[in-house]
Amino acid sequence: MATDTGVLTRRAIKVTGWRLFIMTVIGRSYPRVVGLLRERSWFFFDIFLPVLGVSSYVFVYRAIQAPEVYVGFVVMGGAMTAFWLNVLWSMGSQLYWEKESGNLGLYIMAPNSLMAILLGMALGGLFATLQRALVITIIGMLVFGVDFQVTSYLQLFAVFSLTMVALYGMGMMTSSIFLLLGREAWHISNLAQEPIYLASGFYFPLRSLNFWVAAGASIVPLSLGLDAMRQLVFPAGSFPPFLAVPTEIGILAVLSVVFLAGAKLLLDKMERLAIAEGRLTESRR
Amino acid sequence: MQQAIFTKKLSRIYKLRGGKKTEPKELIALKDVDLEVKQGELFGLLGPNGAGKTTLIKILTTLLAPSSGEAWVAGHNLSTDPDRVRPLINMVSGGESSGYGLLTVRENLWMFAQFYGIPSQVANQRIKDLLEVVGLGDRLNTKSSDLSTGLRQKMNIVRGFLTDPEVLFLDEPTLGLDVGASRDVRRFIRSWVDQNEGKTLLLTTHYMVEADELCDRVAIINNGQVLACDTPARLKRDLQKDAIFRMEVSPLNGAGAGVFERLSGVRKVTHEAKDGSSTLEFILAEEDALGAVVNTMTQQDIHILNLQKREPTLEDVFVSLTGKSMAEVEKSGD
Ligand SMILES: Nc1ncnc2c1ncn2[C@@H]1O[C@H](COP(=O)(O)OP(=O)(O)OP(=O)(O)O)[C@@H](O)[C@H]1O
Ligand SMILES: [Mg+2]
Repeated sequence: MATDTGVLTRRAIKVTGWRLFIMTVIGRSYPRVVGLLRERSWFFFDIFLPVLGVSSYVFVYRAIQAPEVYVGFVVMGGAMTAFWLNVLWSMGSQLYWEKESGNLGLYIMAPNSLMAILLGMALGGLFATLQRALVITIIGMLVFGVDFQVTSYLQLFAVFSLTMVALYGMGMMTSSIFLLLGREAWHISNLAQEPIYLASGFYFPLRSLNFWVAAGASIVPLSLGLDAMRQLVFPAGSFPPFLAVPTEIGILAVLSVVFLAGAKLLLDKMERLAIAEGRLTESRR
Repeated sequence: MQQAIFTKKLSRIYKLRGGKKTEPKELIALKDVDLEVKQGELFGLLGPNGAGKTTLIKILTTLLAPSSGEAWVAGHNLSTDPDRVRPLINMVSGGESSGYGLLTVRENLWMFAQFYGIPSQVANQRIKDLLEVVGLGDRLNTKSSDLSTGLRQKMNIVRGFLTDPEVLFLDEPTLGLDVGASRDVRRFIRSWVDQNEGKTLLLTTHYMVEADELCDRVAIINNGQVLACDTPARLKRDLQKDAIFRMEVSPLNGAGAGVFERLSGVRKVTHEAKDGSSTLEFILAEEDALGAVVNTMTQQDIHILNLQKREPTLEDVFVSLTGKSMAEVEKSGD
């Protein structure tokens, strides 16, 4: 091996502060973004399966001669499912996997903020999932002839963005909880998957649930977000809304703040605990 | 000269959970460790499995809080100022599986450089140069999941140097590497310290040769305590006047090595049984004591198959400090 002088003595410039924060976010989102391009198998699981789920609901609705707008509902729900699955499987349990692979210790040791790491994961996941959701939507539109009539693109964009902030904020928060719980996390993810499909109205209007069940389900930001988005893309009066759009936007905003603050708080707690007990940074137990 | 690492009565106790009632609830992994590593030193921590090496490194890299005592790294107090220490250090552990398998070698390293605030252009140049030096220049675009253990380890080691740390920690850097790769890594480590005045490197190892040939100074650690700390030459010097013999003999058959330890002039004996023969190592206060040893063997009907006198090694230093070889300590442990 050559021990060429120069290479070993060259200093590295380093930035700090908010620039470091941004670089960390970009750095950690990168594997998620290229993962999308390199792992071809996602196409089957993340596109085909949701489309299959969507189809079965569409056939049921058509069989019972439900209003055609319900088909649009289902397609939209199917697209948003992608985000839910991403948060559940790739955000919630992510810190746990980072611990198992030994990355968590390196992330804590580096001079960055762990919040930037989590944010990077979230943004990377969001970006990757966005493409899946779009593909599902387009397939739905083509196959089932869904017709969206957007009343306000601005509001739609606002609701969608806010829903994503709240949803991924929730994912960031749960990732610390899951890490503290260890292996149990996996079972919780499993348990959470199905009931949420039901309760958050992926495939039917939230309002068709008992009001209090719907209110409870609204903790999961997708429920409110979906309800608001549906109000914005389907004609008024075609289905019973849960709450008025501005109210839903307000609640989503509050949820966003709560989840993000919660994420920061729990992350700090997790780091303190890891350093005090010395077990969260290693995979042996 | 400034100290790069300084610890004062550093201790760490792990709480053990879930064991049986009769089992101890605590484990003392480090006990009152006082260590001083000068800036610019290549310092080695040598000790058997479970000695507390990794625990010490974790404390020094801000990943673990000490139960008591204090420590400073690169001039900053670890418990009050971890955020000042972190930009100045880095750590690599042997056999770690950090990064993401779907990323290429370059991408993985680039990602870690981002976490230290190194602009992409600078990072990519450094990655290219460093990979070249460790002989991984042609693997820039290999997916890291496709690397062999040894190549992977070299990539990890590059990660440590990439961020241009003031103090670098390497936990068993040559773990699992073949002879050639280990030699490459050692040479690389040595030249980094030699060429960078003021940069400090602390590594742990349980390979005697590594500590002996590579490190400026070595601390011998066992059971959470630092037993000795000096240059390899000076550690061995005390043993220089002793005579060290390595003997291969017919199986001891029940009679332990204890009979020899009682002979006058015999300081330490270690015993390792292989199939068909036993290997004994004697540290004798003077060469004349060998006569008594040989006599005892004849009485016990033990045949000498091979006898060698040799220079003291750090292994002998360990034996003379603990009464056991590192292998014996590792076997007797859990
Ligand atoms: N998180 C933990 N909880 C409980 N005990 C631990 C923990 N980490 C380490 N130990 C124990 O502390 C002692 C010292 O461990 P440490 O990993 O520091 O040893 P080491 O010198 O690095 O050993 P090795 O050569 O095997 O890597 C061991 O007995 C180990 O079992
Ligand atoms: Mg270790």
